[in-house]
Amino acid sequence: MPETIVQDAHEADADQYVKHHFATVDQQMDADTLGMWTFLITEVLFFGGMFAAYAVYRERYPEAFAATSEFMNVKIGAANTAVLICSSLTMAMAVRSAQLSRTGALIKYLFGTLIFGSIFLIVKAFEYHAKYVEHLIPGPNFHPDNLAPQLMHNAQLLFFLYFCMTGMHAIHMVVGVGLLTFLIIQSYRQQYHATYFAPVEMIGLYWHFVDIVWIFLFPLLYLIGHWHW
Amino acid sequence: MDTNAKAHSHVHIPTVRILVLVFVALIAGTAITAEVATINLGEWNIVVAMAIACTKATLVAWVFMGVRFTSQLTKLFCVAGLVFLSILLLITFSDYSTRGWTYHAKTWSTNKSEGDSKTWPADKITSPAK
Repeated sequence: MPETIVQDAHEADADQYVKHHFATVDQQMDADTLGMWTFLITEVLFFGGMFAAYAVYRERYPEAFAATSEFMNVKIGAANTAVLICSSLTMAMAVRSAQLSRTGALIKYLFGTLIFGSIFLIVKAFEYHAKYVEHLIPGPNFHPDNLAPQLMHNAQLLFFLYFCMTGMHAIHMVVGVGLLTFLIIQSYRQQYHATYFAPVEMIGLYWHFVDIVWIFLFPLLYLIGHWHW
Repeated sequence: MDTNAKAHSHVHIPTVRILVLVFVALIAGTAITAEVATINLGEWNIVVAMAIACTKATLVAWVFMGVRFTSQLTKLFCVAGLVFLSILLLITFSDYSTRGWTYHAKTWSTNKSEGDSKTWPADKITSPAK
């Protein structure tokens, strides 16, 4: 008795999405995932080096580091953390939409992620500008008000680390925004669906990783000596 | 082999419910982090902040990044990444936290009265920096 199999239009020709050196879509996906995680491990160690430097100097100069929290805008930092978490939710929803072949929802969620990511970067730019105005850029022009002179030298270390860590994080965000733009264009061209959504999932992994980095940066850079005032 | 054999056979699609639950937990974690930072817990401020951050990171990795559904090999790689990170941090800290412990030996001398290694006075040994 012939069975009637209702299939997704793309599933019948899954072959075209499998590179010749892979046997199945599943095998290809496993390889993609493992490769992406291997890359993310190198990213963990890349940021890990900066976190180690931060820990060493914070342990050495606790007063100077605690004093710098006065110059951080905790409300903006917390709001930006929330914006990034929103972008992670929309990214997770985008991957889910791709898995369900819902192209309309996929494009909508990718746009949402792009917008949240852009808001984060714009807010970050305003924060950097505020730091510039308050003479908090490390170097010859570093002379913030309300900072004890004996802490001046070591407090610069924190701002050096602040600009390195948030700067590297922001560069990763800019790359992520570029990747999201690519995904949106490809989604408009109906490239992703239940059979083939690896790029959406892999870029999703990258985006979530960048979110995790910020989850650690927020308490370490904004909330060091917050209880002093 | 039917035509469907090359399509995904075991894609795990997360429910909207679990994604939203994790989102709510992450927002709550951020609010708690910001609130706890205003209370003076001394040494424990950093411990609490890092504990919340680690919990949030685990939630993102486990649910948003789908580690719960990945292969054993990918999970092993994730753990390997954490092991590498802990090696990086442990060796860095074991270096910096023990730098004050260096034993400053006297210049070697043939003079018996100076070079007696068995009876170093206690004040010649540098104690760890507190």
